Amino acid sequence: MPEWLRIRRGDEALGEDAAQWTKCPKCGEMLYRPELAASLYVCKNCGHNFRMHAFDRISMLIDSDFVEIGADLIPGDPLEWVDKVPYPQKLERDREKSQLSEGVVCGFGAIGGFPVALGVMDFNFRGGTMGTVVGERIALLFEAARERKVPCIVCTASGGARMEEGMLALMQMAKTTLAVRRFIAGGNFYISVLTDPTTGGVSASFAFQADVIVAEAKASIGFAGRRVIEQTIRQKLPDNFQTAEFLLEKGAIDMVVKRPDLRATLIRLLDYAAGDPAHRSGRNGKAAVAHETPEEAPA
Amino acid sequence: MNVIVEREKGLLELEGRIADLRKHSADQPVDLSNEITALEDKYAQILREIFGSLTPWQRVNMARHPKRPIGSDYLAALDVFDELHGDRHFRDDLAVIAGFAKLRGRRVMVMAQEKGRDFKDKVRRNFGSASPEGYRKVKRLTQLAGHLGLPIVTFIDTSGADPGISSEEHAQAEAIASALATMADVPTPIVATVIGEGGSGGALALGLADRVIMLEHSVYSVASPEGAAAILWGESAKADEAAARLRLTSDDLRDFGIVDEVIPEPIGGAHRDAQGTISSVLDAVDAALEGLRHTPIPLLLDRRYAKFRRIGNV
Ligand SMILES: [Zn+2]
Repeated sequence: MPEWLRIRRGDEALGEDAAQWTKCPKCGEMLYRPELAASLYVCKNCGHNFRMHAFDRISMLIDSDFVEIGADLIPGDPLEWVDKVPYPQKLERDREKSQLSEGVVCGFGAIGGFPVALGVMDFNFRGGTMGTVVGERIALLFEAARERKVPCIVCTASGGARMEEGMLALMQMAKTTLAVRRFIAGGNFYISVLTDPTTGGVSASFAFQADVIVAEAKASIGFAGRRVIEQTIRQKLPDNFQTAEFLLEKGAIDMVVKRPDLRATLIRLLDYAAGDPAHRSGRNGKAAVAHETPEEAPA
Repeated sequence: MNVIVEREKGLLELEGRIADLRKHSADQPVDLSNEITALEDKYAQILREIFGSLTPWQRVNMARHPKRPIGSDYLAALDVFDELHGDRHFRDDLAVIAGFAKLRGRRVMVMAQEKGRDFKDKVRRNFGSASPEGYRKVKRLTQLAGHLGLPIVTFIDTSGADPGISSEEHAQAEAIASALATMADVPTPIVATVIGEGGSGGALALGLADRVIMLEHSVYSVASPEGAAAILWGESAKADEAAARLRLTSDDLRDFGIVDEVIPEPIGGAHRDAQGTISSVLDAVDAALEGLRHTPIPLLLDRRYAKFRRIGNV
């Protein structure tokens, strides 16, 4: 385990032998946890991708120290939200369950020697939903990456905007959009990695605003949730609907990558983004306004 | 069932009696003006009692009232409007009406979400739920407005983006994300007004604006009250409770700093004086455009950035 992760995780999360075995939700195979971790949380029997903890994904991608930003930002309770459980209680429960302070971990490190800004969302925390803190951390990440002129990679996993923070959560779509656009207008490179699941307000903002959009194999990706669509059309959707492979076929994303190949793929993309030094000055000299047409998905 | 329409039914009888008395007083020698005045006073009092202070759920129903002025009503009140169609890729989405216009003499690009009036029209317009093609029309015309230096005026009224199969196949998420990105970039002022329902991301796609205006009884929400209730309590019947929790009224949103200006509606709702309401909205948009007119573009873009950057900061 890298040093940054040891510090971040503390001791209590380690050495738990109670849950050394886990069952694959797809094929039912019993899997030995250390082995599962070594195989990047891919089932050795059926190839099912387990949803990864943000820290596991960061250590899978980053080959250097990782310096977190915005980690001390903690959500308030602006709506004083209560349903079955008060919102602060839900947050407390998820903090305990996920060992995270919020649904995204952002920071700086290197991948294959390339310095990058990296944001990783975690479905374990409120279903990866975007509230004010997720929006703020993502915006901070793009702003800091723009300052440092390093590429930015965001791995998304989200059920959309966080209901318990109401319209303040929805407005994070606008906030993150503005930060992404400034970052790209500054001549910088943005890759999004869509992991299972990426939907709603996150897919309809920064997830689909990247220069290159990579999706992890079999990930479920879309705008509306599957159940909402099924209720609307009153019929069952085919299994492959809203999968990464489906989106690739429809022309909505650039590539589908298997998890074990993700790091190497990102390294190659980062290498291309260095461009030809002969042309670089023109790119970075661009004003931060009126950026040309963004990527266009063929209909 | 619309709870506002239900309440209005109770007023119909009184309205009928006043109309009858008026008719009689015209062709009878007896002076009925005292009776008429008394009835009218009573009517006004009941109106105030029923509609003077609306619950969030009642406001949701007001925002969805079948007689409420909709996008096309606002477009009809402009000096001139020349519709521009299509996304140049696939089709013309009628849930969004957009084009060149003159508003109080100003050249603008206007875009309105349109629910439709009669049933046939509603079906044609998918009840105001735009497909990716609608958001791509928004994106295209936003870019055109930037190209020509036209300010952008949007009217928001949708229960949400279309959640159908074809919309997913045509990358609804990408379409909304791109519309937002283009509005973030466009070097002309944007004024958005929520005139009815502001349903989640599908509404925000027309709402990344320099000035955000809201009609008093319109709503703007992260999720529909029915959807929220279904998620939270497993029953959409608790929509009234969800509406209160979601903080979706114009007062809430002004307090949160999400909405800059709230335009009052006549007692009983915008439909009781549609032309007056539309006129006061257009006046407010006109004033907002005037206020933004002399801001240098780099400063305008910086302020747009700062406006959304600070929302929800912890
Ligand atoms: Zn398996």
